[in-house]
Amino acid sequence: MDHRPPLSRHTSVPSSVPPSVPSSHTISRRSLFLGAAAFGVPAVLAGCGSGEPAQKAGGGSAAAGLGTVTLGSNASDEVPKKSLEAQLKAFTQATVKVNTVDHNTFQENINRYLRGTPDDVFTWFAGYRMQFFAEQGLALDLSDVWRDIGGDFTQAFKDQSTGVDGKQYFIPSTYYPWAVFYRKSVWREKGYEPPATLDEFTALAKKMKADGLIPIAFADKDGWPAMGTFDILNMRTNGYDFHVQLMQGKQSWTDPKVRQVFDTWRGLMEYHQPAALGRTWQEAAQSLAQKKTGMYLLGMFVAQQFPEADRDDLDFFTFPEVNPAYGTDSIDAPIDGYMVSAKARNVDGAKALVKQLAQASSQNIATKLDPGTLASNGKADTSGYSALQKRGAELVSKATHIAQFLDRDTRPDFASTVMIPSLQSFVGKPDEIDPLLASIEKQKATIFR
Amino acid sequence: MAVKTRRYSARDVTVLVAGLGVAIVVNVGLVWGPTLASVGLSATDWTGIGPIGWIGGRNYHDLATTYPPFWSAVRNNVLWLGFLGLVATPFGLFCAVLLDRRLRMSRLYQSALYMPVVLSLAVVGFIAQLVLSSDYGVLNAVTGLHVDWLGDRAVNIWVVMVAAGWRHVGYVMIIYLAGLKAVDPALKEAAAIDGANERQAFFRVVFPTLRPVNVIVFVITVIEALRAFDIVYAINKGRNGLELLSVLVTENIVGEASRIGFGSAIAVILLVISLGFIVTYLAQLFREEER
Amino acid sequence: MSAVPARRRLRPARALLHVFLALVALGWLLPLALAVYASLRPYDETARLGYFSLPEHLTLGYYGEAWTQADLPRYYLNTLIIVVPAMVVTLLLASFTAFAIARLRVPGRRTLLIVFTAGNLLPPQVLITPLYTLYTLIPLPAWLSDSQSLYDSYLGLILIHVAFQFGFCVFVLANFMRTIPEEINEAALVDGAGVWKRYWRLTLPLCRPVLAALATLEFTWMYNDFLWALVLMSSGDKLPVTSALNNLRGQFFTDYNLLAAGSVLVALPTLIVFQLLHKQFVAGLTLGATKG
Repeated sequence: MDHRPPLSRHTSVPSSVPPSVPSSHTISRRSLFLGAAAFGVPAVLAGCGSGEPAQKAGGGSAAAGLGTVTLGSNASDEVPKKSLEAQLKAFTQATVKVNTVDHNTFQENINRYLRGTPDDVFTWFAGYRMQFFAEQGLALDLSDVWRDIGGDFTQAFKDQSTGVDGKQYFIPSTYYPWAVFYRKSVWREKGYEPPATLDEFTALAKKMKADGLIPIAFADKDGWPAMGTFDILNMRTNGYDFHVQLMQGKQSWTDPKVRQVFDTWRGLMEYHQPAALGRTWQEAAQSLAQKKTGMYLLGMFVAQQFPEADRDDLDFFTFPEVNPAYGTDSIDAPIDGYMVSAKARNVDGAKALVKQLAQASSQNIATKLDPGTLASNGKADTSGYSALQKRGAELVSKATHIAQFLDRDTRPDFASTVMIPSLQSFVGKPDEIDPLLASIEKQKATIFR
Repeated sequence: MAVKTRRYSARDVTVLVAGLGVAIVVNVGLVWGPTLASVGLSATDWTGIGPIGWIGGRNYHDLATTYPPFWSAVRNNVLWLGFLGLVATPFGLFCAVLLDRRLRMSRLYQSALYMPVVLSLAVVGFIAQLVLSSDYGVLNAVTGLHVDWLGDRAVNIWVVMVAAGWRHVGYVMIIYLAGLKAVDPALKEAAAIDGANERQAFFRVVFPTLRPVNVIVFVITVIEALRAFDIVYAINKGRNGLELLSVLVTENIVGEASRIGFGSAIAVILLVISLGFIVTYLAQLFREEER
Repeated sequence: MSAVPARRRLRPARALLHVFLALVALGWLLPLALAVYASLRPYDETARLGYFSLPEHLTLGYYGEAWTQADLPRYYLNTLIIVVPAMVVTLLLASFTAFAIARLRVPGRRTLLIVFTAGNLLPPQVLITPLYTLYTLIPLPAWLSDSQSLYDSYLGLILIHVAFQFGFCVFVLANFMRTIPEEINEAALVDGAGVWKRYWRLTLPLCRPVLAALATLEFTWMYNDFLWALVLMSSGDKLPVTSALNNLRGQFFTDYNLLAAGSVLVALPTLIVFQLLHKQFVAGLTLGATKG
């Protein structure tokens, strides 16, 4: 922890690489010189030779580039895949070989993948979910890359890319904020206004119900969407710091503060779309698109469920204030990006590649092709943003704290084996809060040992 | 012994040792070895990375006391076994008996019944969504109901068992059909001459000769019930009322969670239950053979 | 057309039987028909109207899209590379083992049969972690596996299919071989035929129907497997076709109708194999039933 990054670059691979270009010059010059001076020559050459092969590919000639870099990608569906392909086209320093595995399988496999034969660079998520793997020694220190690109990113992005040891292991690409989405046309017609407090929110929901709308679209068949509701309620009620500590296992789930969150949620349950556990979020989003529901708390990717023509009709507000002490200072805005595996074979190439992907020029391509994402690079061109993207960027810039989403802010085993079943259990039976929280706390104790 | 060994030439022995040797190495190395290793891992807190810590029976204790999905999985596996054994398997036999006569279009019926067996996970999960989704599904649309077939814990396990039965019936049907084809027609004729009606003829004459097939179908039913996995996994990853032991193992050790020790403990419990059935079955099979 | 006149008169019982079977068959096919129906309609339409509605547009476009977007030809090839050798090796190894157990009275044959059969009945999840670790530790030359280990190689998947399915085949084949009259063996013995000849030339040809039945079953099982591929592969371009379907499932947007088209395409080979081998399948799957 006392280890400050700037001067210590103790991972063996990177330290051997940067000096390689100049030293190969020195070596060759010196060997020439020594060659003329007779005797000592063979021994010195042998000594140098052992260090040399690694540099040949990289330092040999600038035009030949950095060889081949492999990139493990979870961008399997059409839009992200095209976006990545377009971004890679601009990368000329090395040949990139992409290994695409579908998003879900990639995630399920991440442990075995990183321990087995990982690609040099791989797509992953910021925050605790990155730190978890960095801590296990499965990721390569990218502090030197950050020294070059750091100026383009805000401190928040740097923090989310930093491991517990203070070094950077992650390169942010795009991200998307979570907010409450609605159709402007419906709201205009009915005269609804974005609520600023929980009371106003409840009053609005009541009014929608009276107007024959289902106020809040809701789905949790896949287990993760309800995490977004929990996150925002907890951050609004107890603040970002408490939320983060809770996620890291440092606060008790039986704390009355947590109970308060579930109480609030239960109070809102009657305005949520019923039968949520059998519904996919896509179906819930469709209900919003078809004007059957009034609003929907989700990530900006909800836009993808709207036909192109209707996208301008989509707008959002940030979840209203619950506790004046915290106002609306925090939101969920998960960052997607890249890491380099500890087993990377072509470290130079990998670092060059992630540096390229961090550039504003790469991210401009991504945000243009995918309307549900925003560029993390501060120098990215936002003039091409859609109205929704502009509003999203504004929302994020106003937030003091940015969380990564429950399953990225805590241990993966806790998120998937404890929180998903527990939140589903709450959604199914909102009245049984105390036994549920006691159970979560007990299970937490078996995981965070 | 001496007589037998004399029968084999040196070349014969080489062939035998090589053939059986490969079989044993592959089977023990890739199936039994890993199984035993899993039993060992179930007493550790391994996360797949880093050191392996020995924790004795703690995983089993945690499993039984603090992990709510475990008991619902046990319950569901038992229900599953009951449903397949008491509903789907008999229905498969019934269909096989009906199809075991010279019927026109018999082959068409057979193909229809067997079709779900060849479908993969993704298809079945997708079809479930198509039929059972509460907002867009066909079932609610046709019946005018508003039941949350997949999300309501009180109903979803039953619905999914019907889907599992949908696949199981075809499987059982085809095996029984094969068995019935092998039954000597003279037997049935003899029964008919004795004045037995069709039902009597079946239960008194045909069914007893199907004994070996019955044993196989029994095992398949038990194993299918214990191994049941893909349908619930495709629908909602086996959560929220659809927990099954095999899914919990997968969730804990295959997914990002990587609770290898804990997941292995669930696997061992599944293993013990399976082995219970397997051993009982094999013991009976071989006792029979000795007769 | 050439049916015997007597059978043309439909007795009421028979009519009832047909009605019943037709209804059951219909019930069994309906969900599949729905999937096919959905695959012919645009997503926007079914999302708006629900799956149970009259079509406004019908199109085969999703099939083309699924074919190219999921890169199906390549994945079909992967499946072929994995399933065909696995099936052949399983049947060869299993038939030889069954032959040794059923016909040769090798010592310890009962134990062997128990071990092999029980192995097939184990839940596959039990093996996953140790198997994965083992696979990463076994080196392979680069020409066999570009990951240079059994992990993430075709060979690894072939091996586990063989190891796992082999028990069932031994069981079925041993049961069948017991029903072959002993005299054949005796005659061969008088001729002085060796073990290999008795297996390859005398026994195996008689097992053709069972082998066909087992081939159908094994093809279906290996083809549909996705668990082993999920756990033992990390290169997306080496996965079998069942996993390729997931490429049609987006992180945030899934076009279910496209997925339906992909599913139909992926299910086709097993349906075709079953139809082709149907006759041998039912005839061969005697599973040791007593023959009269």
